[in-house]
Amino acid sequence: MGGAVSLYALQKLMFVLNRDPKAQVRFKTDQKDLLDEYELTPEERGALEKPDIGLLYVLGVNGQLLMHFAALVGMEWSKYIQSMRDGIAEHGPVRAGIYAMTTEMDEKVAGV
Amino acid sequence: MSLVFAGISSHAPGITGRASQADPDLRETFYGAYRRMGEAIKAAGAEVVIVVAAEHFANFFMNNMPAYAIGMADHYEGPIEDPEWLGIPKTRIPGDAALSKRIIESVMQEVDVAFAEEWKFDHGIIVPLHFLTPGFDTKVIPVNINCQGPPLTPLHRAWAFGKALRRACDEQPEKIAIVGTGGISHWPATPDSGKVNEPWDREFLSRWSANDKDALLSYTDGATYREAGQGGFEIRTMISVAAAAGGKGDIWFYSPIPIFAVGCTVGVMDIA
Repeated sequence: MGGAVSLYALQKLMFVLNRDPKAQVRFKTDQKDLLDEYELTPEERGALEKPDIGLLYVLGVNGQLLMHFAALVGMEWSKYIQSMRDGIAEHGPVRAGIYAMTTEMDEKVAGV
Repeated sequence: MSLVFAGISSHAPGITGRASQADPDLRETFYGAYRRMGEAIKAAGAEVVIVVAAEHFANFFMNNMPAYAIGMADHYEGPIEDPEWLGIPKTRIPGDAALSKRIIESVMQEVDVAFAEEWKFDHGIIVPLHFLTPGFDTKVIPVNINCQGPPLTPLHRAWAFGKALRRACDEQPEKIAIVGTGGISHWPATPDSGKVNEPWDREFLSRWSANDKDALLSYTDGATYREAGQGGFEIRTMISVAAAAGGKGDIWFYSPIPIFAVGCTVGVMDIA
């Protein structure tokens, strides 16, 4: 179990990445040291390193943080939406937070 | 002089970021209503625009989350998002720290509000400004209601906050506009993006336009989450504007635009 504390740390890192251009550079050039500063479970850390948007979604990362993280790693919006569906298919339902999926896998309400 | 204009509008990032993927006719009708609201703000003589938004962790996080916050700076920056992703270039937006301070002091008589001397605008504020004050040359006072990280402020407090903002505005010599931004029902940043509960939205807008306080405050977060998604929590911004304006509303545009991931809305309300 990751637990609430560690999900908090995971989201805190994404909040920092969202705001701080230096942290964005470190995420690309000095990632190990940056991630060491946060109390992450191996699963969370692996999801960031990959990066595995689908797993991060399932872990319960707030969508507004994840959406920007996906943009930061260069993922186009429709691919980001599909990655979350793929995460559910692979890892099961969202485990925490308020961003659960309520549509069907093939529903694609926005057309993507 | 006081509050001279009140309105509500959508702020979803897709409105600008995914513009090219929308039906052009629908998009341009929506944009037209949005720009018309900007013209109405100008025609009302507003010197300052208060934007009551629900931000998305651009400034506030769960380490120290204010239920209500008001900016108090002479300038702000935005967007925090990648400009190409959002379709809005980075810019500096003028503020008015002295006016903010007067408003904050007045609001504090009734509602405990946090203040912030720095503030990076995310799409919740910069998308509305892109249409309302497109030169980014009108002074803005950013206001945030936490609609992202529960526990969330109760709706009746959002109403009280709106009333306090109104009283604070009426005490000032400046002409002030207030705009609440957010979605009604929507499921942004999930695989459900694009889903909109149109009947729920129309019912909310009917209550908002009637300025029916009891009906507006009768929503519960549990029911809103089920029927209107986590994005529905942003009705707080619109409720606070109804409380501030006090009159009846008029919806200039409403239509779900799925690629924008929200029921796109432009509405104004009489100041009463």
